[in-house]
Amino acid sequence: MERHFDEALKDLNTDILRMGAFAEEAIYKSIEALKKCDNSIAKSVVNNDKKIDELELAIDEKCIDLIARYQPMAKDLRFITTGMKLNTELERIADIAVDIAQRALEVIDKPILKPLIDLPKLAAVAQMMVKTAIDSFIKGDVDMAKKVLLSDPEADRLRDLIQKELVEDYMAKDASTSPRAIQLLLIARFLERVCDHATNIAEDVIYMVQAEVVKHHPERLRQ
Amino acid sequence: MEKIEIKDLNLFYGKFQALINVNMPVREKLVTAMIGSSGCGKSTLLRCINRMNDLVEDVMVKGSVMVDGSDIYREGVDLVALRKKVGMVFQRPNPFPLSIYNNVAFGPKVHHTTGKDELDAIVEESLSSVLLWNELKDKLNTSALRLSLEQKQRLCIARLIAVKSEVLLMDEPCSALDPIATLKIEELMQQLKKDYTIIIVTHNMQQAARVSDETGFMLLGELVEFGKTENIFTRPKDKRTEDYITGRFG
Repeated sequence: MERHFDEALKDLNTDILRMGAFAEEAIYKSIEALKKCDNSIAKSVVNNDKKIDELELAIDEKCIDLIARYQPMAKDLRFITTGMKLNTELERIADIAVDIAQRALEVIDKPILKPLIDLPKLAAVAQMMVKTAIDSFIKGDVDMAKKVLLSDPEADRLRDLIQKELVEDYMAKDASTSPRAIQLLLIARFLERVCDHATNIAEDVIYMVQAEVVKHHPERLRQ
Repeated sequence: MEKIEIKDLNLFYGKFQALINVNMPVREKLVTAMIGSSGCGKSTLLRCINRMNDLVEDVMVKGSVMVDGSDIYREGVDLVALRKKVGMVFQRPNPFPLSIYNNVAFGPKVHHTTGKDELDAIVEESLSSVLLWNELKDKLNTSALRLSLEQKQRLCIARLIAVKSEVLLMDEPCSALDPIATLKIEELMQQLKKDYTIIIVTHNMQQAARVSDETGFMLLGELVEFGKTENIFTRPKDKRTEDYITGRFG
């Protein structure tokens, strides 16, 4: 007979997966809005955020309730505490998607500053990292989580590249490009932050599965 | 530093083997908790540490229990001195049907302390150690049987302190107490561990997690896992420990 506690854990797992799906969708749509210059997609990202905020609160409440009622231990404790952390990371990713969508709304109606080359690459890395981080949680797969961690330097490299190009080739040469360049700079910065949140999720998944803290200890990843 | 070292300990009740090759250190001035399901051998192990099992018929013990580097199972051990050094508190508090004062003074008197001033000082010091002195200093001649369960359990601990026990064995010391009284005894254990080495057997895993520094998990007479409490309850190494503490068996 399945214990009530196990059913409650499954229920929590389902909610975290829903949260992951919402965050992934928000990031995907915010980037699509920018790529397709589509106002309606950008607005849908902004409007969906309330639903994600409500789910975040519901998940937090469930986690606290489970800890208070069952005093979980070992892997159950690690699952619930990781669930709480993932919940926060995913909600932050969704918030950043809103920020990206709002920047997209600023640039969509204005003349194109430059063809977007590296920004879509950074967006693809960010989407891949979020998806892989969520999958690593679903499957409890440490190798997938490590793949996320190893992708972060590429995100940093692309962000630096975008920043250098926008500042040196546009803003420094022609100040009138600054309002549009700043929006793109912010979007690059937001995407890099999404990658940082995906990294946090991956570190939490490794703790959940292996009970090993790799956060702030990159040397442990090589073991 | 290790106060007690249990080495290759096996215990048989007749043909039934209740302890199987147990090896475990007990470090000085820490609280060590033993957990495990009923009949796993944790109380038997506890009773080995002051040879209380000697009182059970048809019991046979192999292996050694070193207390301060000396094997308590060697020939010629003074059991009275051993049980003075390694005292025990039981599930249900068991004060003598005497006054509060005489409950505490009983042990020192048995061990030949007779001077009134000296006994008064021991009673005050012992009751103060278990945080009962202020409550009871004006009722020392009242029967100990009139105390609450929690006060009785504190009094039993005070009796051990009075004879200068160094190790306190506690076999489910809170199982007869309500949650508030339980918390008070747990607080007391935290105070006492500054001066005493405490080993507690408990069915209450949350209690083990709250009060102990190190924890051992026993199953069917074997010590499956022993380690720091924080590790046992968050990242146990053995799947059997994980299954037990997450309630998946037991």
